[in-house]
Amino acid sequence: MTTASFSPGVSAPAGGEQLVPPAALDRRVQRLRHPWQWVATGVVLLLALNFGQTLFTNPSWEWDRVGHWFANPAVLTGITVTLEATAISAVVSFLGGIVVALARLSRNRVLSGAAWLYIWVFRSLPLILVLVFLYNLGNLYPKLGVGIPFGPQFEVPTTNVLSDLTLGVVGLSLAEIAYAAEIVRAGLLSVDLGQHEAAKALGIPRHRQFTRIVLPQALRSIVPAYVNQIVGLLKSSSLLFYVSVLDLFGVLQNIGSTYPSDIIPTLVVASIWYLIFTSLIGIVQYFVERFYNRGLKGAR
Amino acid sequence: MSIVTGTGTAAAAVQIVGARKSFGDKQVLKGIDLTIEPGTVTAILGPSGSGKSTLLRAVNHLEKLDGGYVVVDGELIGVHLVGNRLKELHEKQILRQRARIGFVFQNFNLFPHLTVLENVTEAPVSTGLLPKAAARERALELLAQVGLSDKADAFPRHLSGGQQQRVAIARALALDPQLILFDEPTSALDPELVGEVLAVIRRLAETGRTLVVVTHEVGFAREVADHVVFLDAGVVVEEGTPDDVLGNPQHARTRDFLSRVL
Repeated sequence: MTTASFSPGVSAPAGGEQLVPPAALDRRVQRLRHPWQWVATGVVLLLALNFGQTLFTNPSWEWDRVGHWFANPAVLTGITVTLEATAISAVVSFLGGIVVALARLSRNRVLSGAAWLYIWVFRSLPLILVLVFLYNLGNLYPKLGVGIPFGPQFEVPTTNVLSDLTLGVVGLSLAEIAYAAEIVRAGLLSVDLGQHEAAKALGIPRHRQFTRIVLPQALRSIVPAYVNQIVGLLKSSSLLFYVSVLDLFGVLQNIGSTYPSDIIPTLVVASIWYLIFTSLIGIVQYFVERFYNRGLKGAR
Repeated sequence: MSIVTGTGTAAAAVQIVGARKSFGDKQVLKGIDLTIEPGTVTAILGPSGSGKSTLLRAVNHLEKLDGGYVVVDGELIGVHLVGNRLKELHEKQILRQRARIGFVFQNFNLFPHLTVLENVTEAPVSTGLLPKAAARERALELLAQVGLSDKADAFPRHLSGGQQQRVAIARALALDPQLILFDEPTSALDPELVGEVLAVIRRLAETGRTLVVVTHEVGFAREVADHVVFLDAGVVVEEGTPDDVLGNPQHARTRDFLSRVL
């Protein structure tokens, strides 16, 4: 190989051959094209347009009936019930989850064993089964109470304590606590051991070690997972319909069976409301995550 | 470099007697006796796995000894004598003892969700040593001493390793301990950041506090330490002044170690 003349700044193989003509140097490197992506995009757009068209042309959507039922007072009452049941269960389950997770992580075998058993049972049973079981609890235990075996007892009739909504919330929470506990446990375990040690070495009291050092760091992974869980909880609350709680889904089911011609519109109304609420939860999740990531990503 | 011994009453003395500890069937401390005079700087050297970190962690009961005991300032640490048997103390009492002993970790272990200032004020506030405002004032003072006044509101993540370790030292100082333990304080640092941390420790040595430093920095030990302890395989092989242990080691194991790290 003989020496060739180089454009300044062009590096060439050791032989000294010029691989790239100077004219190509000034032009931007062309990226790889993906023709199949264009095909896929076309197919998706076509399907979307087709479906979109039916929304206007298919009279069975009955958009005027959707409008009619959308903010109907009965529907709004159902929404209140759904939100109430979800919110109460979410809070109760979170606190319960922390307790069960701490028990599960406890060095005490009885506590951790009981927590394990609880989680095992309630993660194994379908929610609807738990709800129906609770609904019939009065048949199994006509009275509820605690007491020392063969000693003093404290009791109340089952039907007095558990109204239908309470029963629903209890059922939702029982199941949800099991999931929350696992989320909390994973979060607590994700905190670096060095953090526990640093807190101990500084002599920080035990409860402060937990509330101030460990829990805030654990929440960073707990909260996103738990908010996601709340989306599931909101949807699961529709099962309360089966234990005669008239939630959003229940109300619209009732309307659907009273006005059979309006079944589709009522289902559409339910879908829209659930979409709205789950989206709102998603927005909350975004801000909550941003808050807990403070100090770990960018500025606060 | 001479060390100002301070007021004499303040600094803490450490006594380790017959310290034994096993992890599984591996015995890492095989009956260690060590006396540390108040107001001195002691450097503990040794190959990795020699038990030096375990020994240091036993001093504030982060590591529980199987046998033997540690006395700081005349007080048994983590245990008390019941009849003729040592029994572990309640956690509350151990935490109270630890609050008087500073500990600086190899990996800093700053609290990542708290600002630099909050990291330093957390312990004095939550142990009830200082009210919030006073803790804040003292924290700012300490941050100034370690050269990080401008970082008070930063989060640990945004600091270099050297800066993080200096915050960790300020955090340990916030409880005004008369004994401070350093567990390989520069081992996790990039070489160019080691100097700034050693400079802070060097200045601390002049305040008359008792310092115990587990380190690989032989040069630092030679310069700052009053007493050097060489540990290998869970026993004290040799101890004495830096000149004796580092300049004229008597044992083959010490010579071997020094020839590898120097």
